[in-house]
Amino acid sequence: MEGWIALYIFMLAAFTGIEVIRRVPAILHTPLMSGSNFIHGIVVVGGMVVLGMAETNTEIVVGFVAVFLGAGNAVGGYVVTDRMLEMFKSSGNRNEGDKS
Amino acid sequence: MMPSLQFLVPASYFIAAVLFIAGLKGMSSPVTARKGMIWAGIAMALAVLVTFFHPKVEGNYGLMVIALVSASVLAWWWAKVVAMTDMPQMIALYNGMGGGSAAAIAAVELLKLHSGQVEMVPTTLLVASFGAIIGSVAFSGSLIAYAKLQGWMRKSWRFPGQQLLNLLVIAATIGLGVWIMVDGPTPLLLALFFASALLAGILVTVPIGGADMPVVISLYNALTGLAVGFKGYVLEIPALMIAGIVVGAAGTVLTQLMAKAMNRSLGNVLFAGFGKADEDAAGLSAEGEMRSIDATDAAIQMAYAEKVIIVPGYGLAVAQAQHKIWELTELLTSRGVKVSFAIHPVAGRMPGHMNVLLAEAGVPYDLIFDLEDINAQFPNTDVALVLGANDVVNPAARKDRSSPIFGMPILDADRARNCIVVKRGQGTGFSGIENLLFFEDNTRMLYGDAQKVAQSLIAGIKALG
Repeated sequence: MEGWIALYIFMLAAFTGIEVIRRVPAILHTPLMSGSNFIHGIVVVGGMVVLGMAETNTEIVVGFVAVFLGAGNAVGGYVVTDRMLEMFKSSGNRNEGDKS
Repeated sequence: MMPSLQFLVPASYFIAAVLFIAGLKGMSSPVTARKGMIWAGIAMALAVLVTFFHPKVEGNYGLMVIALVSASVLAWWWAKVVAMTDMPQMIALYNGMGGGSAAAIAAVELLKLHSGQVEMVPTTLLVASFGAIIGSVAFSGSLIAYAKLQGWMRKSWRFPGQQLLNLLVIAATIGLGVWIMVDGPTPLLLALFFASALLAGILVTVPIGGADMPVVISLYNALTGLAVGFKGYVLEIPALMIAGIVVGAAGTVLTQLMAKAMNRSLGNVLFAGFGKADEDAAGLSAEGEMRSIDATDAAIQMAYAEKVIIVPGYGLAVAQAQHKIWELTELLTSRGVKVSFAIHPVAGRMPGHMNVLLAEAGVPYDLIFDLEDINAQFPNTDVALVLGANDVVNPAARKDRSSPIFGMPILDADRARNCIVVKRGQGTGFSGIENLLFFEDNTRMLYGDAQKVAQSLIAGIKALG
């Protein structure tokens, strides 16, 4: 990839990250950490690409590890985040059950 | 019409990147947070599915499915059964897996470079190696953090010359990275490079105390994000770059916010032990005496109050008293008492952890207030009930310049008309710092286990009819 374009992507993504978090209230900091943990689970896609290219046994084993760990990151991160967010209810909707 | 696949793969990655950012943005309110995460989850599933059709993927489909399914089932099951109090270490564990994945990707790329199957310009090689280092550090460091929070390891482990050793290992890692850059990777060099990066992660994390762990986990979360972003550059998948860097940047800000809430700088957390400052500075020795109160009197005080603020700390969660406290709150509310919860940014094991634990017990989030929102209300509060919190209500942070916690923002429970502190015994708490609040004229100590105390408070209020 063209280096300068990559640098622009990095810069814009970094500002996006800073702006996105600035609005988050302290009560959601733990879920946020967990949510961002889930999002870097996208690394599993990279793991799949290298496993798909792997040829020697070493490459295949390491590639397999990459997919395994990445998938664990994505799925575990998602379930943990969802379990936390599920519990946040306001006094208005706490007795309404699963209406939303 | 097969060219559509050439379009479908990058298009799906693009959609995923958009939904990830939107998902994080949804986190700014408890109302939108869950929906945002569900969309991000759908985006993740879509990105994984289309990757089977990625042009670089040429084989090993069966292994891919096995790795995906086995890891997903294990991670799903473990994340479902773990208790809410253990969430911080689960985040550390899953984050470590992400870092490990990024490091493994780098390993395959560098091996392929060695065997001549891929070519890299120096910039790409630099980014790949750097990603390998931070991915490895985040992996081994997070696993140590997990082991510590899980209670598998001594809280902190220090020895003379530790800082020097850490520096040497970090320098060796970078040196090996430079060697790889110059001479190209050989399997032996790569093995040494990854081993030394993994060792660096372990050594840096081992001396850090339990109280600082949340900051460290957040830092490793940011590092994993960064490593993932770098892998995205090497593999030419912009979605990885964007998701990784967004998380890296957000994680860095979050780490700083957390360190600030604990009155520490990041450098201080990483390179100095928490215990050190406390040993030589115990702060003002408190004057006056502690006065105790029994549960019946405390119950009467609260039952006839107009406004009560409950200040919960991690001790409450340890005693598993959240549900009892909610029962107490409902009882008081039905008598017309206005009850709110005041949460210090570092209550619980990480910022917001206490909110999660209270939410689990059924406390609606609109009764829960942050430090800035509630501190002004303490002077018009009849009773502040402090449960399992200690340093975060210690007025020494405002009054005593010699105290190690001086300058830390605290909840002004001492400014309430009456303050009831529930505590197991008379000693100083977790950090060993004398709490001036206990000696204030308007403070009464209510000794006992938080769970049992809550039980007797409920009984006491019910007895009033």
